[in-house]
Amino acid sequence: MIDQHTAITTDSGIPLDPVYYPDSVAPDLTSRLGEPGHAPFTRGPYSTMYRERLWSMRQYAGYGSADDTNARFRYLLSQGQTALSVAFDLPTQLGFDSSAESVRAEVGRVGVAIDTVEDMEAVFDGLPIDQLSVNFTINATAPIILAFYLVAAERQGAKMADVAGTLQNDILKEFLARKTFIFPPDHSIRLVTDVVEYASEHLPRFNGISITGYHAREAGCDAVQEIGLTMASAIAYTEAFLARGLDFDFFAPRLSFHFSSQLDLFEEACKVRAARRMWSKLATERFGAQKPNSARLRFFSGCSGATLTAQQPLNNVVRSTLQCLAAVLGGAQSIHVMGYDEALGIPTEESVRLALRTQQIIAHESGVARVIDPLAGSYFVERLTDDIEERAWQIVRDVADGGGLVDMLAAGIPQRWIAESAYRYEREVASGERIKVGVNKFVSDDTAVPPLFEVDESAGDRQRQRLAERLARRHDAAARSALSELEAALRNGTNSMPHIMDAGRAGATLGEIADTMRAVFGVYREPQPW
Amino acid sequence: MTGARRPRAKIVLAKPGLDGHDRGIKVVGMALRDAGAEVVYLGLHQTAEQIVHAALAEDADVIGLSVLSGVHLDVSQELIKACHAAQLDDVAIVVGGTIPPADVTRLRQLGVRDVMPVGTAIDDVVDRILTLAAEETRP
Repeated sequence: MIDQHTAITTDSGIPLDPVYYPDSVAPDLTSRLGEPGHAPFTRGPYSTMYRERLWSMRQYAGYGSADDTNARFRYLLSQGQTALSVAFDLPTQLGFDSSAESVRAEVGRVGVAIDTVEDMEAVFDGLPIDQLSVNFTINATAPIILAFYLVAAERQGAKMADVAGTLQNDILKEFLARKTFIFPPDHSIRLVTDVVEYASEHLPRFNGISITGYHAREAGCDAVQEIGLTMASAIAYTEAFLARGLDFDFFAPRLSFHFSSQLDLFEEACKVRAARRMWSKLATERFGAQKPNSARLRFFSGCSGATLTAQQPLNNVVRSTLQCLAAVLGGAQSIHVMGYDEALGIPTEESVRLALRTQQIIAHESGVARVIDPLAGSYFVERLTDDIEERAWQIVRDVADGGGLVDMLAAGIPQRWIAESAYRYEREVASGERIKVGVNKFVSDDTAVPPLFEVDESAGDRQRQRLAERLARRHDAAARSALSELEAALRNGTNSMPHIMDAGRAGATLGEIADTMRAVFGVYREPQPW
Repeated sequence: MTGARRPRAKIVLAKPGLDGHDRGIKVVGMALRDAGAEVVYLGLHQTAEQIVHAALAEDADVIGLSVLSGVHLDVSQELIKACHAAQLDDVAIVVGGTIPPADVTRLRQLGVRDVMPVGTAIDDVVDRILTLAAEETRP
């Protein structure tokens, strides 16, 4: 008889036994687990987890103008969403105003267009910032977006101590996978550090960075690589922050993380248990954490767009449900569930509502949130968690041997790991070795397409009109003088955040601020991709 | 064109606009290479002029664009205009990415020779591009 199980692995290639026994798990499991809310945090970052507070249901949304996005946010909150997550259009992510000729078609297309502080105020019009928790998916222009948000908060009368949320602000993974970088790596890391320093000082409820494996995973790497590369990023950032002279315990408690949740249910749940244990070890053994919270990994789980299919799109509801379940079993602090129509376009309101309902059904009907770390103690789960951890440490060592993540990125090496892994996946789908339901198996002739989101083509014009009116009203000399003070700060190395806020208050635009940065830092071009 | 069939299809791939999703285009590039084609991937943020310039310099049979940010109609129109302006008429343009079904027809009306939305099987993508490349090299 053929020994079939020898060929069976997890999605990231970890060999699986047919069944697991007590001796499948290495001795001394108790110390590898610890208690929930205590080192090494395998069982979760908080002692009460979902019994006290469910994860934040944080659907990613944003399109068109600030008013359009404000309306979508109000809708999501009215439907029981508990936190917000802002999607920005590509011109905003790449430091262009909506009026820039080269980006006309992209304004408001994949997120909201933000040109000025007034746009940010309009996004949060009628939504009290001091009572919200908001996630911002923004990186190269993260300091500008945070500055605009803080000025908008200030104009609402909010106290800085009450501003809660997370700024993605992870530029390394932009070079790695997501690709909305502007400035060269060293200057980019300096801006990340400015934000983290400022947030650690002034914003006790705000995470100034979300160290992210999500995009590398979506771009094609596997779960082990995702965790390994994220830890390598965390090391690179920590070293940069320490080099600034910041104390580890000053910034580490507000570091947050972001992972993908894909379809191999057990591997996804085990992956984040392993990640928490790895960060706890790094924080205490390598960086000498004194505060317990410095070693506590909290994460946002984004379900996976890359696993969705254009064929039989309703099948994606089931895929997303499994992904959300994996995130909950793994102990996520906040979750986004994909809309089932996202392989075809921006999700419709109906599809976003269903994604939110998926979270609510798992939270309130499935019962999985009643017990903390419910998978713990399974011979299989504990063995897989250990195996993932061991393999992810190997990646951390490979990156260190290659000179650290920043140097490896400049040489394009981890980018190649990701592309090769993506290609391998596609070949497996093509050969039928990897089954995608409705794509290479159980294919149906029904090619009906659900009603899709229609982009409002007038949004760009409305935004440009609004920008023109604001520029006409502002005091130009004040804006210019704030920008030249910002330029001086960028050149002399003082923290740029207060100066970016001043520029925002004076009516300077996102594009003007980014141009000031370009003038000082230059722009980055990707090395030849192959 | 001399009429002699070239030994290898020459494909220029590019990401126009600001979109950074490059998983798909890299996978397509690797698959075309494995199928024997010569592939030049220009990278991100390519303007129509840059793409035309590369297609002329490389004597490309096919230009492949990948767009996942919804601006496929705009960038395709610009590329076709730039091809006309440069009198580059012996190259087939194909577009892949997040393309809503209704836009497939619109892209073809603009002059895009083939459209491969998310969900097109990789072997199918390769076959269709190589078939177009063979047509372009025919006398």
